[in-house]
Amino acid sequence: MSGDASDDAAVADGSRTTPDADSRPLPDEQPGPDDRDHPEGRRNLEGIRIDPVVEAEHESRRAVISALVEDEPGVLARVSGLVSRRQFNIESLTVGPTTVDGHSRITMVVEETDPGIDQIEKQMAKLKPVISVGEVAGDAVTSELVLLKVEADDPAAVHAVSEMYDGRTVDAGPETITVELTGDKASIDNAIGAFDRFGIVEIARTGPTALARGDTPTAPGEKPGTAGEPTTHDD
Amino acid sequence: MSDTAAQPRSDGDEADDSSAETATEEPTEPDDEGAAGPVSTGAESVVAALEAAGAKTAFGVQGGAIMPVYDALYDSSIRHVTMAHEQGAAHAADAYSVVAGEPGLCMATSGPGATNLVTGIADADMDSDAMLALTGQVPTEFVGNDAFQETDTVGVTRPITKHNYFAGGADTVGDTVGEAFELSRAGRPGPTLVDLPKDVTQDDTDRTPGPATAPAGTDPDPNADQEAVEEAARAIESAERPVCLFGGGVIKADASDEARTFARSYGIPVTTTMPGIGSFPEDDDLCLSWAGMHGTGYANLAITHTDCLIAVGTRFDDRLTGGIDTFAPEAEVIHVDIDPAEISKNVHADYPLIGDAGRVLDQLTAAVREAPDAEAWRDRCEEWKETYPLTYATPDDEPLKPQFVVEAFDEATDDDTIVTTGVGQHQMWASQFWTYSEPRTWVSSHGLGTMGYGVPAAVGARVAADTMGEADRDVVCFDGDGSFLMTMQELSVAVREELDITIAVLNNEYIGMVRQWQDAFYEGRHMASDYTWMPEFDKLAEAFGALGLRVDDYDEVAPAVEEALDYEGPAVVDFHVDPEENVLPMVPSGGANGKFAAAEDQL
Ligand SMILES: Cc1ncc(C[n+]2csc(CCOP(=O)(O)OP(=O)(O)O)c2C)c(N)n1
Repeated sequence: MSGDASDDAAVADGSRTTPDADSRPLPDEQPGPDDRDHPEGRRNLEGIRIDPVVEAEHESRRAVISALVEDEPGVLARVSGLVSRRQFNIESLTVGPTTVDGHSRITMVVEETDPGIDQIEKQMAKLKPVISVGEVAGDAVTSELVLLKVEADDPAAVHAVSEMYDGRTVDAGPETITVELTGDKASIDNAIGAFDRFGIVEIARTGPTALARGDTPTAPGEKPGTAGEPTTHDD
Repeated sequence: MSDTAAQPRSDGDEADDSSAETATEEPTEPDDEGAAGPVSTGAESVVAALEAAGAKTAFGVQGGAIMPVYDALYDSSIRHVTMAHEQGAAHAADAYSVVAGEPGLCMATSGPGATNLVTGIADADMDSDAMLALTGQVPTEFVGNDAFQETDTVGVTRPITKHNYFAGGADTVGDTVGEAFELSRAGRPGPTLVDLPKDVTQDDTDRTPGPATAPAGTDPDPNADQEAVEEAARAIESAERPVCLFGGGVIKADASDEARTFARSYGIPVTTTMPGIGSFPEDDDLCLSWAGMHGTGYANLAITHTDCLIAVGTRFDDRLTGGIDTFAPEAEVIHVDIDPAEISKNVHADYPLIGDAGRVLDQLTAAVREAPDAEAWRDRCEEWKETYPLTYATPDDEPLKPQFVVEAFDEATDDDTIVTTGVGQHQMWASQFWTYSEPRTWVSSHGLGTMGYGVPAAVGARVAADTMGEADRDVVCFDGDGSFLMTMQELSVAVREELDITIAVLNNEYIGMVRQWQDAFYEGRHMASDYTWMPEFDKLAEAFGALGLRVDDYDEVAPAVEEALDYEGPAVVDFHVDPEENVLPMVPSGGANGKFAAAEDQL
């Protein structure tokens, strides 16, 4: 025992066991926190060792992640719960069936740093219903759908703008016209801008969904149409 | 995980007549592990699946929605330990799995039973302990209608389980339970849950569950990529200041032998994480004990100055790393883990090695051709050990020191003694002042830090040791007064089951860890941390039917320790210790590990 421990008179029982009581330095004989030698190197907030003068933060970027999942109740809750619990910044999420019975594809657009995107993929891969997950290459075909309800004061003009953006009128009434448009994010943003002058009443947007180009599989290892038998269990 | 040979009848979801017939016709050989006997209800199928999967013990509390399963347990070989509270059942199952290395099993009814399990499930999840929770549920037709004692258990436990299941029907429920049991231990272990609607367990079925297997893809390749291993080996050979950091994963993978061989073969100093305590003997010259917030100064200094950190089975929790930017700032990091998602989650891995801890350590041991030239580094570590010993003072005019009590128990017991704890200062002293030398002897709540873990964990640990035929091992629970009060009702279980455990309450009449932080960071304003209204625990113990002792002075320690350990059954010793004693060293939350405070005035 160190410190005032030398007054072992306090101990009636001889069984006190701390070894080498006297050889232990007192705390005030030890170098304190600031007297100790501290190494130069540093890590950034992502734990990556950096040269302190070099830029430490990672830029975030937009990534499209495609996951092939077993189509079972709760799978979307599992995926979205995971994403929100880990504070990943999710931009959109779409889900739909694939060619394989019992499989669905989840397409997720996220705005994250590279380590963040990597973690999203790894964490999603851990979920039991997730069969395969990966980032879709930058040149993938992406498309989203929007339904736009605008005021019907000038139907001809609405129709003209809708043609310009390859839209389709899906409902027309005396008060409102509803147009359906598909396209990538930028062209849909532009179209919405163009419709704005008619007075947009309501919008429903799906967020992008995506497929890799050519014969590259969209989710890693995916074999279209033959992506393994649907696994069956109770969930 | 050992899959027994797949049997054809396990395929498919629907009960088709032919497979049902084969099931009954097929002779079940007694030594045919993995094959379940004939069943007539969903509940019997659940129990048959558990037996076939090798479950020996369950901890739980009865209730309406789980009654069919309990009824099926009546004739089962599985021992059921009725707990006083479902939280106790979950912690007991968790501790059982830590000690036995087999998934722990806990059971509860729907609604409040299931929600009472939640803390224990979350605890097991944070510590990656294999555990299966079975919960009753209202009959399927009432689900979603806010029926009596209905809770969306699958929804509530989704973020705290490895996977959870809602049982769909009597024909498939046995397979689901078997799968959940195996999944809990496959790859990185963790808790799984099966929610069992009452109609599913009550309904008739003659479909015998197939052998339990984890779902495809959940039991990954145990070997790391050999090329990556070779690269890591080169980094180790050329290191000048290498350090091993062994985490809880080393213990879960039963890789302590491989870990010891590796470190000793190449003379690499070893630190552990707190859950990794016991993976490497703390009395070995190479051992620097555990690192982190209350870890040893020398462990933290070694981690701060290492140039090559060989981290095995750790998730780099913030209690270990302190501020990430100052964690092992000069080190290249070799990270061995079975879970790819742990790689570069908190600390970037320069050499990721994905695989089973034991196998990868064997691979590394084989691949390193020449020990790193670390003589000077070992000397430096040794100097740090001498400069910053774990120590405490015992002045005349101050009451009994809690550290002394821990040392007294350590002295009086064998190396295979199992220690469980609550959460707080006592937990830190129990980990600092006890010399651990064997894996699966340190059972504590790390990731979740659950007060009240200690007593039910002692119950689970005792039952595990007894089940393994190791009845002569001691089980000692170090508890805080606050922690003890949270789950001490489980003492009634220990008395009923005649469980030989010793509970040492380090009673400081404070929730001490909070008091310590208030003194350090809140100007000593003891808001709600003053527990001067503590009951007399020795008398409470007697009221429960246990042995109760009280100790106030140094000279009473040794006799009380002896009496409590000798007592065949649960004993509680209420040690009235110095209320002002603090846990040191300490790295302030988010601080640099190398800047630990070694004395009060450095905080
Ligand atoms: C269930 C729970 N509630 C609250 C806390 C916060 N907490 C951490 S340590 C601590 C004090 C523990 O007091 P006690 O069990 O008496 O142990 P001591 O620190 O005095 O040894 C508290 C309240 C916790 N960890 N767990």
